[in-house]
Amino acid sequence: MLDQAKRKAMLRQMILIRAFEEKLEELYQRKAMFGSTHSYRGQEAIAVGVCSALQATDLIASYHRGTGHLIAKGADLYTLLCECMGRADGYSKGRGGKMHMGDLAFGFLGNTGTVGGTVPTATGAALAAKVRGSKEVVVSFFGDGAANQGVVHEAMNMAGVWKLPVIYVCENNQYAMTVSLEKSTAVKQLSVRGQAYGFEGKTIDGNDVEAVCEATQAAAAKGRGSGGATFLECVTYRWDGHFGGDPGTGYRSKEEVEAWKQKCPIKKLKEKLIQEGHLTEQEFAKMSADVYAELDEVAKRAEAAPLPKKEVDLSGVYAVTEVADG
Amino acid sequence: MPEQTFLDAIRFGLGEEMRRDSSVYVFGEDVALGGPFGVTQGLAEEFGTHRMVNTPISEATVMGLAIGAATAGLRPVVEIMFIDFITLALDQLANHAAKLHYMSGGQLKIPLTVRVQCGISGAMGAHHSQSLEAWLAHVPGLKVVMPSNPADAKGLLKSAVRDDGPVVFIEHRGLYWAKAPVPEGEHVVPLGRASIVRSGDQVTIVAIANMVGPALAAAQDLAADGAGVEVIDPRTLSPLDVQTIANSAKKTGRVIVVHEAVEQAGIGAEITARVQQEAFYYLDSPILRVAAPFAPVPASPVLEKTYLPGKDQIIRAARKLLGKD
Repeated sequence: MLDQAKRKAMLRQMILIRAFEEKLEELYQRKAMFGSTHSYRGQEAIAVGVCSALQATDLIASYHRGTGHLIAKGADLYTLLCECMGRADGYSKGRGGKMHMGDLAFGFLGNTGTVGGTVPTATGAALAAKVRGSKEVVVSFFGDGAANQGVVHEAMNMAGVWKLPVIYVCENNQYAMTVSLEKSTAVKQLSVRGQAYGFEGKTIDGNDVEAVCEATQAAAAKGRGSGGATFLECVTYRWDGHFGGDPGTGYRSKEEVEAWKQKCPIKKLKEKLIQEGHLTEQEFAKMSADVYAELDEVAKRAEAAPLPKKEVDLSGVYAVTEVADG
Repeated sequence: MPEQTFLDAIRFGLGEEMRRDSSVYVFGEDVALGGPFGVTQGLAEEFGTHRMVNTPISEATVMGLAIGAATAGLRPVVEIMFIDFITLALDQLANHAAKLHYMSGGQLKIPLTVRVQCGISGAMGAHHSQSLEAWLAHVPGLKVVMPSNPADAKGLLKSAVRDDGPVVFIEHRGLYWAKAPVPEGEHVVPLGRASIVRSGDQVTIVAIANMVGPALAAAQDLAADGAGVEVIDPRTLSPLDVQTIANSAKKTGRVIVVHEAVEQAGIGAEITARVQQEAFYYLDSPILRVAAPFAPVPASPVLEKTYLPGKDQIIRAARKLLGKD
């Protein structure tokens, strides 16, 4: 059982991620944010549940729908928002953008615009952790769509054969862009694939932040003891379209979306806490209002942040090698 | 002639080929609902989802399956959503599609078209903005097409579909919504022929895909300055119509090659080498390239704008060649 302070912290963080996604959407609509949004609304429990089970030194790798993972692992909101908005104060000084940033200071190996692209790199980080003899574990976040990429299978096989401390967190939100899981994938439960690579696979309720946290704690303990990898299929739902320009309506019914909104991960934890007497409606309302106010403040600062200089800057294309040849 | 957008012209061309030839099948991510830009929108209603096939996100194997299907009687059109993702399918494309005909002593034919979208538009960052045509043009056995306008897009796509070998058809996203006249009725543009978009006798600008527009704008400005600029659109990068470009170089004596891809080892290097082989003694000065700097595409709109080559750089290069800088 998780303690009450931790449960409330998880609730707050889920609200924060949702508020951040809503802020991005607002900025995108009025062209203060560019590229595209990939809303994480509805899936907040996974990022929060997983990351709250990790140590600060553990690593995560993410994908295009990655702002939730960044926040849950400890990204600074201002720096993150600046990167999404192409400002000079962003994590990549505006070079990466929303889909491509990284910062090892809080264990974030990066996200990617190529689906499945970070699953092998996360597996490689786990290999390094094992070889170095550290007790770090690595989480590889990816979606149900990425599960059908060849490199994902190849990576999991290697994690299985080498018993690597990696946790594959598959966020099964039911749709790869417009294509449903049943039309793209031969099995109903993606977790059965763990067995094919010689490690445990579990399907859990991805909207139950506590269940996600507990499953990750178990997987992390196993990884730290070099018991190898775990596949966690977190079943959830993407409330919004795939990206900013997709209303998300052409390939699924309104009833389906509404039914999943009833299973809202924030609502789920909130109601549980109230029922058990650990939270009141007033406390929740204040928590929520505080989070939205904090984010408005951050957004104001980010909108006033400097833009990158208008010049071609080739520094950083190659790493500066600190050891001279021969 | 009625005007059409680039993406409508592609859809109409594809639809005509599917109507004409029942062995044409389309495979790709989200193609049944039109894809992220609506290029294939409506085709599933007419041809059914058995011919407009949504695939899993599995680029490598989708490409391989299409190659296999092409050897066994289909004429597949594969859509790779962004050229950044073609990297995943390169084993199948470069090692199998490109070489099977040759390696089988001409027995196997691969009538495959790969439609793929590329380029900078909308500040989408390093994984959704690349121009990788030179990688593909380096592979013997592949043909590489990169149109600059709706009419060519339609006509070249039809040739690509009818070709008995693998053709990579590259669509620059920044051109999708541009409208221009497209001939009515059957309109086929042969592969391997460049187009002289504007005539002039002092400078030749060879411009690829979305750079044709800035090249024409630069030519107009330079004309006001008294300089006659010829603009050539190669349209097909492999096989390259060297003769048309070299003939122009012989006439003008000055050549600039413009593309959005990074300059180093870009298709401009190949064009430059081929032109100097054919027309060295007619040239008044070194051939110049206007292209992107040797860096990944940055995401911030400010940085993206400075990264993207355009009219101003083309004018500067032309003035340099004309001794007016």
